[in-house]
Amino acid sequence: MNGETIFIEGGRVIDPASGTDGVRTVVLRDGRIAEVAERWERPRDVRAIDARGRWVVPGLVDLHVHLREPGQEYKETVETGARAAVAGGFTAVCAMPNTSPVNDNASVTELMLARAAAAGLARVYPVGCISRGLKGEELAEYGELKSAGCVALSDDGKPVTSSALMRRALEYARAFELPVTVHEEDLGLVGKGVMNEGPTATRLGLKGIPTASEEVMVLRDIALAELTGGRLHVAHLSSAGSVRAVRDAKRRGLRVSAEATPHHLTLTDEDVARSRYDTSFKMNPPLRSAADVRAVREGLADGTIDCIATDHAPHSAVEKDLEFEAAANGIVGLETAFAVCLALVREGALSETRLVEAFTIAAARAFGLPGGTLARGAPADVAILDPGLTWRCDPGRFRSKGRNSPWKDALLVGRCTHTLVGGRLVHELDRGEP
Amino acid sequence: MIGRHRHLIGLEPLSREEIVGVLQLAISMKEVLRRPIKKVPTLRGKAVVNLFFEASTRTRTSFETAAKILSADALNWTSASSSVTKGETLVDTARNIEAMHPDVLVIRHPAGGAPQLVADHVSCAVVSAGDGAHEHPSQGLLDLYTLAEHFSGVRGKAVGEKGAAPNFGSIAGKTIAIVGDVSHSRVARSDLHGFTKLGARVRVCGPPTMIPQGMETLGATVHYQLREAVEGADAVVMLRIQHERIGDPLIPGTREYSKFWGLNEKKAAEWLTPGCVILHPGPVNRGVELAPEVADGARSVILDQVENGVAIRMAILYLLAGGAQGAHTSAAEGAARS
Ligand SMILES: [Zn+2]
Repeated sequence: MNGETIFIEGGRVIDPASGTDGVRTVVLRDGRIAEVAERWERPRDVRAIDARGRWVVPGLVDLHVHLREPGQEYKETVETGARAAVAGGFTAVCAMPNTSPVNDNASVTELMLARAAAAGLARVYPVGCISRGLKGEELAEYGELKSAGCVALSDDGKPVTSSALMRRALEYARAFELPVTVHEEDLGLVGKGVMNEGPTATRLGLKGIPTASEEVMVLRDIALAELTGGRLHVAHLSSAGSVRAVRDAKRRGLRVSAEATPHHLTLTDEDVARSRYDTSFKMNPPLRSAADVRAVREGLADGTIDCIATDHAPHSAVEKDLEFEAAANGIVGLETAFAVCLALVREGALSETRLVEAFTIAAARAFGLPGGTLARGAPADVAILDPGLTWRCDPGRFRSKGRNSPWKDALLVGRCTHTLVGGRLVHELDRGEP
Repeated sequence: MIGRHRHLIGLEPLSREEIVGVLQLAISMKEVLRRPIKKVPTLRGKAVVNLFFEASTRTRTSFETAAKILSADALNWTSASSSVTKGETLVDTARNIEAMHPDVLVIRHPAGGAPQLVADHVSCAVVSAGDGAHEHPSQGLLDLYTLAEHFSGVRGKAVGEKGAAPNFGSIAGKTIAIVGDVSHSRVARSDLHGFTKLGARVRVCGPPTMIPQGMETLGATVHYQLREAVEGADAVVMLRIQHERIGDPLIPGTREYSKFWGLNEKKAAEWLTPGCVILHPGPVNRGVELAPEVADGARSVILDQVENGVAIRMAILYLLAGGAQGAHTSAAEGAARS
């Protein structure tokens, strides 16, 4: 980290972790937050960023991204993914292990970290595999993964089908204080389903995926968390039943946390029909019913769901320009997440403070990551967000290699204008861009 | 154009008027079909490509016959597999075919939404000949035509004879039962949209494992007992049970299915009203959903469906090949005169 001092002046500082909400000057020095004060005298030759009319928040933290490196660099690299992250205001992202080879050993973890260091953009925290080879058969080496830099464990992209293996994973991970983050689906119930089961799937003639396929696994893993005392994190929670299950688990004091994606908070299965089978609306879990979306929003508002995570999943046209049932699951999300979720505030579903919290400190806490706050002494990871900036979403201008966005051509409100990581300005929005 | 539409992807997006427009034109087409010399020059110089990713001799032959009667050049492009297993994607295939400048592309595909994907990537008109469990619009239209002939009492009359034209308003207020594997049936969906848009009441019936969610929101009532569904109905559409569904596991076997949801002579005699007719999209699994005596009996209008299918497909190709300039009626007269 460099020793430059930067003043961010005139912005509205929203830092839920310290309870700050008001116009403040933020002083960054030696890669740390040096000061957050109502008035702070800036020495003559010190650099300043004018943040008037904008929000100054802790850098956003995303617990769930797919950076595709190693192995699928044509879809994304650690560098392009990190560039997309900082463009969206994210200063830290957790990279899922379903790369090729998968991240079940220190050498893959180290490669990801080396690429991230070379890029010098967002902080990248690798997530290691729950099972060796992502095969769901035996435990991966959690000690080695943790020592190499992994912050959590996941077989994301697949469920852990064996209840016995899941039990041992939650138990064994306790030795290393690693959260186990789970992609919940009962593959038998999913069958050949490609979208949410319901009236829209019926109309479109597409095979349905019932919400029960997620809920039976969430309920199973909550039972196993209770049995083992393990630390369970439910990834991309999508149904009303899952919200109820997690709410109940938390009420009972279990060590369970959960995330929801911007798309599961704002889009429904009817959008698949509206878009006429556009594969940018195909992801796993699928977009659910309006009632599920309402429940997920309520869960996020009341803290049942801790944080927002994008499940950023870049694909190329080769995987997406196909029949709906043949297309790959997943959409990109890093560069649209803030604007998409800010709409929840306008709609009255979420307070501004809770929105910022869900993007920052709540995510950091779920995985025990540094950052997520502008408290004095914290890493100088800061995002400056313009909540009134209206822009047309043009995937052709994404920093990500992925173009698979359901918000293509949508008019979005809210955009990151500056991102600082460790006190260094790593992203500034072009004036001509919006 | 069919009303506002360049393509025919399904009946769901069509209005009642747009549907009736195609049906009206099919009256003239059926007259052409019944002439001793079945050939009119209406679509001379136009090219129709039949792109079939699923074997379906019946539907393909019907479109091909329709194209030939209208003097269009018909070309068949058959492909056994879809993108997943083949190196070439559907979009690539569509672009390749487009380079041959067809006027209409007729596509049959196992994936719901495939005709829409093709329509998004080519400039010619696209007609769905059935996509997955989504829609089979020409089947829905021919079923409407067949029902209207029956309800307006013109079945068996010579076409062109005075008072022999079906009245499509006759479908309104009628009760039609659709029985079978509704969940996997594109015919059921197109029928449901078509029947409800023309004012009929629709009942769907089958084992609960074969009735998908949301039938009520599409305007149908759901029944699990065959008797309840067919009693008092003015027509019954029996769907084909596909053998691969057995052990899916949607039903335990054909014997039990046939016992509870199949229609035989005894049930037909006891439960159906005298005027109730039976439709089937074909090919019939004799002895499973329909007993042979019923499939070949007096209530069966299955062969009318086949004949009307050609007339309906002539009307569709005519409207979408760009032959239509001006109102449907004058276009129909043009076809009938020539
Ligand atoms: Zn996942």
